[in-house]
Amino acid sequence: MGYLIETVYFLTAALFILGLKRMSHPTTARSGIVWAGYGMVLATLVSFVHPQITAHIIPANYVLMVIAIAIGGAIAWYGAKKVAMTAMPQMIAIYNGMGGGAAAAIAAVELLKDHGSHAAAPATSVLIMAVAGALIGAVSFSGSVVAFGKLQELKFFKDDAKFRFSGQQKVNMVIFASAVLLGLVVAVSHSTSGGLISVFFLLALAFGAMMALPIGGADMPVVISLFNAFTGLAVALEGFVLGNSAMIIAGIIVGSSGTLLTLMMAKAMNRSVSNVLFSNWAALGSGEAQAVTGSLKPMEPPDAAIQMAYASKVIIVPGYGMAVAQAQHKIWEMCKLLIERDVVVKFAIHPVAGRMPGHMNVLLAEAGVPYDLIFDMDEINEEFSTADVALVIGANDVVNPAARTDKSSPIYGMPILNVDHAKNVQVIKRGKGVGFAGIENALFFADNTRMVYGDAQKVAAGMIQGIKDLG
Amino acid sequence: MEAVVAFFSPIYILMLAGILGYEIIGKVPVILHTPLMSGTNFVHGIVLVGAMVALGQAVTPLEQAIGFLGVLLGAGNAVGGYFVTERMLEMFKSSKGQEK
Repeated sequence: MGYLIETVYFLTAALFILGLKRMSHPTTARSGIVWAGYGMVLATLVSFVHPQITAHIIPANYVLMVIAIAIGGAIAWYGAKKVAMTAMPQMIAIYNGMGGGAAAAIAAVELLKDHGSHAAAPATSVLIMAVAGALIGAVSFSGSVVAFGKLQELKFFKDDAKFRFSGQQKVNMVIFASAVLLGLVVAVSHSTSGGLISVFFLLALAFGAMMALPIGGADMPVVISLFNAFTGLAVALEGFVLGNSAMIIAGIIVGSSGTLLTLMMAKAMNRSVSNVLFSNWAALGSGEAQAVTGSLKPMEPPDAAIQMAYASKVIIVPGYGMAVAQAQHKIWEMCKLLIERDVVVKFAIHPVAGRMPGHMNVLLAEAGVPYDLIFDMDEINEEFSTADVALVIGANDVVNPAARTDKSSPIYGMPILNVDHAKNVQVIKRGKGVGFAGIENALFFADNTRMVYGDAQKVAAGMIQGIKDLG
Repeated sequence: MEAVVAFFSPIYILMLAGILGYEIIGKVPVILHTPLMSGTNFVHGIVLVGAMVALGQAVTPLEQAIGFLGVLLGAGNAVGGYFVTERMLEMFKSSKGQEK
């Protein structure tokens, strides 16, 4: 039986690796997840006859296993199928948290197990890995739940400032240090005391929540990505504890790729990961921000549409406002009308537009925008100077020229889309408020900028009408 | 000698799998970052397998309860991760034909 298990786990690991490889190219991405899915199904099925279980079969456990898979799978399936595309980031957060929780649960069972009567008691080094996996998994669990709450905009999590207090870093460090210390005590003393282990888990869970609570919604993508890497690491550690090769390999791959992705995302925001975790926008802006001069010049959607209809090149810059208004379908409908009139339409995506890298791409793909009309910042930034119109839809900080010029600005140094280089700029915006970073945007006051106020979907509908009226 | 090999093989796995994960994501266009994060999120759903083993070995009611929770969460991670990723990737189309 051992050979069967190991063979299937080997196949699963290969399918995961090839699947991820395929997922890293747009044309093969769709098949990649299917390959990985087959791997998962195979590994799950064969694990019912895992020798570690079949050595002492307890029938009730099989019943529990099937019930748990049915309930967990059904809830997750329902959630994943029903949720709106805009809510995808928080769904990733919550499923990631579940993985972390599962890793912590494995560790809990291993730690509580009374090996007194068995001959093969685990070595201290194995218990240390179990404890480390438990700590990381629990942190990922509670942190991801907080991230979910924040992105879902649940009332309790809404006010980031509420969770900030002086000496917070020190309090968090004390909680973390006590969790580590207690974990080491449990591992070294081979203690199976329920009380000690419960306190350890409570401390770990508290640390995860405390770490995520003061972080603002704008930084959540980086945090979710970090927790994703954490879960991978926790799974790998528990894999070493159980001697499970599929878990070890999958966990390490996720841990390292997740770490790299986190670094890439932080870099795109021109911030370090520690800066995201241990400070916040509000605390950054030290000096007086440069005064913004000029006035906001409003424009009606039909007039904006006419300007675009007679342009030869339009670059569209979507932001979180488009996601909130679910405007991607209307926007693409409008673009198709423009393309029929021989206007060149391109989409420019800032790496951190929306709430996650690639968030905008997913929404545009959902609306049916071909991916070869969608460009990364580096690919398209030079082109703004040749564009007749740059249409900004609910984006703010990622097009704020202060990032280039204003050293006192909290976003100074962040690479931005050079929207201000376009001949005309149109900005669709719900109101006059400031962006996530809480700062004014000089772009909106520029001479060649017109503000189109309103919900992005309604504005797009008005623009479509405007183009159609031209005949 | 065998003991030495047994000691070192997990370290080799650690190194090679780590490099592999790094390489896989290193050359990915930004447009696939979210789907790929979701994809890796699915891959660590393999934790389900470990949770099944933990529950299978559970003896006391407490161990069974925690094991049950672990399998439930693991299954949620795997199933949810799969369908979220699939839904995102389903939408990638090129402008050259292949309409739904």
